[in-house]
Amino acid sequence: MFDINYTFHWNQAFRALPDMLAGAWITLQIAVLSMVIGIIVGVVLALAKQSRFVAARGFATTWIEIARNTPALFQVYMIYFGIPAVLQLVASWFDIDFRAMGINIFYLDSYWAVLVGIAFNNAGYLAETFRGGLRAVPDTQTRAARSLGFGPFDAFRLIVLPQMFRAVFHPMTNQMVWAILMTSVGIFVGLNIDLTGVTQELNARTFRTFEFFALAAAIYYVIAKIVTSGARLIAWRLFRY
Amino acid sequence: MFGTSITWGDISFMLSGAGLTLAITFWAMLGGTLAGLVFGVIRAQSPWYVNYPLGTVLDVLRSVPLLIQFILFNSFQSIIGLNMNPFVVGCAVLAAYTAAFCTEIVRGGILSVPTTTRRAARSLGLTYWQDLREIVLPLGTRVMLPSWIGLTLGVMKDTALVYAIGVIELLRSSQIIITRKPHEALVILAIAGLMYFIVSFPVSRLGAHLERKWREND
Repeated sequence: MFDINYTFHWNQAFRALPDMLAGAWITLQIAVLSMVIGIIVGVVLALAKQSRFVAARGFATTWIEIARNTPALFQVYMIYFGIPAVLQLVASWFDIDFRAMGINIFYLDSYWAVLVGIAFNNAGYLAETFRGGLRAVPDTQTRAARSLGFGPFDAFRLIVLPQMFRAVFHPMTNQMVWAILMTSVGIFVGLNIDLTGVTQELNARTFRTFEFFALAAAIYYVIAKIVTSGARLIAWRLFRY
Repeated sequence: MFGTSITWGDISFMLSGAGLTLAITFWAMLGGTLAGLVFGVIRAQSPWYVNYPLGTVLDVLRSVPLLIQFILFNSFQSIIGLNMNPFVVGCAVLAAYTAAFCTEIVRGGILSVPTTTRRAARSLGLTYWQDLREIVLPLGTRVMLPSWIGLTLGVMKDTALVYAIGVIELLRSSQIIITRKPHEALVILAIAGLMYFIVSFPVSRLGAHLERKWREND
């Protein structure tokens, strides 16, 4: 036991640092895009869940419960394997020849699958967060805004929404870090341009698993720290009053 | 079955994968909760020179993707020649990951008990351990249990990532069937998703219910 017949080759890993940082950039890009989509859809879902319409409530509840009760990897799979499968099914029903139209329906780019899958997940979690946040904004705020002459949409957009975002800023930061960490599941659908994907490619070429993945872990940690401290700085700047 | 080429064999293959998912969840939660209780108590009352290093290590566990942790630990244990089987590696890494989150839950639970209550307990003659067991634990549980249930569900969903080190759990088993029957991808995934959902949904409802019920009495 504990006889180490292994020489660490850290130089090799450090030489690959530029490639990995390029991968980290893609990771950040997917995370930010999925957060932007997630916030927009999340607000809509949170509102739909309080809607008077049964259909809207049902739709929002289904989305939220699926997003929260299944693994993120499952959701990415569902997009990656599921969307082409649905398209094929639809194509077979209506005799549409997608291939003649130049669309390859048997394949979905893994970048999009990961982006959409994580955005779906973010939207579900954020919707619940936003629902809590909306409850924290007193009804009187809306009524005051309306009596000052704001329309229903403007009252929501200019009065309620900013206060809600203030209440949920911290959980949103957590979700952002989550989104960054979740992008690593892209490896399972063949994404090879994000940080984990690039690392895996390097690993497959050199078999220096430990060195490369240790460096990747360090990069993820630094990114997560930058995001949380950046968020703290923004919170301090925004919520001084 | 329902005019598809999915057989009962496939379903039972997925069910055995689901069993493995639950087994990993159980061991990870057991190890993680025990470690989390210890670390949580330490974190709640230690001076900075204990708290800071411990907090940093746990913070690293929380800020590095679990997938990377699996791969890293797996390669590390083979470098030092432990030859652990993938199931044990999966449970160990997931337990450490769980411990990192559980520590914060326990710490929050302990800190939620007012200092005055604890001081009152001590001045009534309770020892340190009695105070912790008879006063802090029951009061803290009200704060901790809902988050702990949430953590359990999170861990169950995260088991999907042990795929990376070759454990055939629920999602991996469905992926294997998909590679054999790609045209049934959607149905197979839906079944897998349903299996996760059947376990996760009632438990998450229970957690939400407890949280609501206990908040009423506060």
